[in-house]
Amino acid sequence: MLKCQYTEKLCSKLEQCEHYQKFRAYCLKVLALSNDNLEKTIAIAVALCLVCAVLVAFAAVALKPLQVSNKELDMKKNILDVAGLLQADSDIEKVFSSQIEAKLVDLETGEYAEGNANEYDQRKAAKDPAQSVAIPKDKDIAHIRVKAKLAKVYLVKDGNTTKSIILPVSGYGLWSTLYGFLALDADGQTVQSINFYDQAETPGLGGEVVNPKWRALWKGKKVYAEADQASLEKGLIGEADKGEPALSLIKGTVDNSKAGSQYQVDGLAGASLTSTGVTNLVRYWMSNEGFSTYLSKVRTVAEKKS
Amino acid sequence: MNEILTDETKKVLTEPLVTNNPITLQVLGICSALAVTSQMSTSLIMALALTLVTACSSAAISAIRNHIPSSIRIIVQMTIIASLVIVVDQILKAFAYDVSKQLSVFVGLIITNCIVMGRAEAYAMKNPPLESFMDGIGNGAGYSLILIIVAFFRETLGSGKLLGIEVFKLTKDGGWYDPNGLMLLPPSAFFIIGLIIWSVRQWKPAQNETVEFKIMSISHGEGGHH
Repeated sequence: MLKCQYTEKLCSKLEQCEHYQKFRAYCLKVLALSNDNLEKTIAIAVALCLVCAVLVAFAAVALKPLQVSNKELDMKKNILDVAGLLQADSDIEKVFSSQIEAKLVDLETGEYAEGNANEYDQRKAAKDPAQSVAIPKDKDIAHIRVKAKLAKVYLVKDGNTTKSIILPVSGYGLWSTLYGFLALDADGQTVQSINFYDQAETPGLGGEVVNPKWRALWKGKKVYAEADQASLEKGLIGEADKGEPALSLIKGTVDNSKAGSQYQVDGLAGASLTSTGVTNLVRYWMSNEGFSTYLSKVRTVAEKKS
Repeated sequence: MNEILTDETKKVLTEPLVTNNPITLQVLGICSALAVTSQMSTSLIMALALTLVTACSSAAISAIRNHIPSSIRIIVQMTIIASLVIVVDQILKAFAYDVSKQLSVFVGLIITNCIVMGRAEAYAMKNPPLESFMDGIGNGAGYSLILIIVAFFRETLGSGKLLGIEVFKLTKDGGWYDPNGLMLLPPSAFFIIGLIIWSVRQWKPAQNETVEFKIMSISHGEGGHH
């Protein structure tokens, strides 16, 4: 038998303890009772609950640090992915801390807000009435009902200059709320990439939003309608639409030779509802309900600098 | 080794594979068989998780079977099963984060999987722990077998891949195979499981159930309401 000194000591102490003796005697007495006895029924129920509770609590507490770090690493991986910085052999933590900076943006004013951006959880904040605002029904095209007042954006830095801006977006598809990131160039107009990290659309149909081939179609697309002469003449963009979010998913494949194709991305085959959802969520978050105010400020700052 | 593999353990390990398969004969555990089989990787993890839970819960229930008051026995079984499922879920979240994200609620739903509770009630309550453990492994393996077969057809025909590796080149990538979208939706598992049940019962006619009701043939001139 494997018994070290301490356990032996502990055992002998237990043997001497009066309460332990009483407890043991009681256990034996209860176990000897018939199974239909009320006292035994209650005692077994209590004992079982205690054992199971300890087991579950132990597993939850002991594995918590691993789970939290998994979640954080996964999030960082998604951000690096949308920033185009993810390589198979790169050290995620290192690349993330050296090139990505998290910032809080007040959606109403478009200004950077004070606070610890690294600790901030936008999805949690959206559920907290003190940190969120309800979206009026007529404006809620993404069907998310509430949004956090502060959004957590990520700036991809190359030395002191900002290379690209990563914005969190979310909206309802067919079955689920899609959560993702939209990466824009520093001009706040050209799309770099899009990445949905949390969705439960139909695998193979709407679930293709995670397909790298489809995601690659987004590169170089424009978010806001520019009033170039050709588009105005053809009536693709009205005078009133100038500066409004114009990017959308269309049915079928985009013909790149046509005017206005810079605002169009291929729809997902067999998933028109998910495609509409993606269009709506991009339009919502790029409107003045979302990041439009912030992005126009980014643009003016960039113009001043140059 | 021979001591462990008695006739009884051999029987409980092999019988649930075909002759007494929980899915094809007893038609239990269909819910998760529909939900997680669109990909092979999720099916494998689900099969492993369910086998582990069935085996451990059967062993635990069997160990205390003589002291379980009959009036609360179902709740006692549920408590043990639920605790084990939560532990498995936590372990998956800690060590296989990506897969646990894909399986989402279905790991938690092992609690309500009829196979786990069916084995607890039908076998573990009457047999010693070791045999009950083996019975859990056997039934888990029977469930896994069907899941793997279903996932094999659904993933290859539905997305032209197997375990994420390309098998058929899809037309949208310039290949020849046009994927069958139905295979990606849960109802397709109904067809596949139905075909499996049909072929097993063709092979082993003893599994055919006796018909409980028969439609009466109405001979001409009799009956009929006007």
